Amino acid sequence: MNVEHPDRDEAQMIAAILAGDTRQYHELIRPYERSVYKMALSFMKNEPDAEDVAQEAFLKAFRKLADFRGQAKFSTWLISITLNEARSRLRRQSTVPMESLDQVTGEGGHISPALLRDWREVPSEALERKEIRAILVEAIGHLSPLYREVLLLRDVEEFSIEETATALTITPGTVKVRLHRARMMMQKELAPKLKNANPRRRWFQWS
Amino acid sequence: MVIECKHVWNYLSDYLDDSLSPETKELVQRHLEHCEICSAILDSTRNIVVLTADDRVFELPIGYSERLHARLAQEIESNEARTRKDSGD
Repeated sequence: MNVEHPDRDEAQMIAAILAGDTRQYHELIRPYERSVYKMALSFMKNEPDAEDVAQEAFLKAFRKLADFRGQAKFSTWLISITLNEARSRLRRQSTVPMESLDQVTGEGGHISPALLRDWREVPSEALERKEIRAILVEAIGHLSPLYREVLLLRDVEEFSIEETATALTITPGTVKVRLHRARMMMQKELAPKLKNANPRRRWFQWS
Repeated sequence: MVIECKHVWNYLSDYLDDSLSPETKELVQRHLEHCEICSAILDSTRNIVVLTADDRVFELPIGYSERLHARLAQEIESNEARTRKDSGD
């Protein structure tokens, strides 16, 4: 949802859908297909379940569209629905209650980052490599749900702190605390791996 | 005032979002100027945040969009059928 659509008047589209032009819903959701899937995949961790959750979220949003009051952005509202859908699906699947999963890393305590003396930038072209993409997705998946959802909204979807707080119904202060911890956990897990996955020779041998 | 590495780490996320008070930002900046470890932690964290935001990280399954819109079309049609029935057409 990092793409702005200046020509889209979503409030007007939603009004039209509610007034009976239901086919416009296809156009309304098109920009968010990707975001909703990413969110679902980070929670479900397998493609078929993620696709199911994404479809279900879009259907629910359609059925509940009349409840959307425009107090938040449509994208924020849609993401909340996706999150709830993923959470309830996980709860049904798991014998371990979500709360205890959340408590594994707790909210207190200090996270020490991975210590390095220097950092050689990993260029975004590295994402052309499947193994680099995979270790990023895995690291996000390793975060406990409380941290994962904040990181997804803020750093993957590039929501503002306030939008993230609205989507998750938590305070901006809590967003900042969780985001900090999530980013430190990502750095701790990823910095050593990305450092090793950064053999300069391999990228420049053909240049 | 001088701050220790451990304290600097607590500010890195807000530093990246540029949401620190000017005084704290100044303290952190001064520390970063001479601490190569904290600088490397900051650089790696920033780099990871940039990579995480890249659209290529998550791949969509082939046919995802088509399947989604087909299912929505079904829902929309049955919704329209219901509306017609309700209004007695």
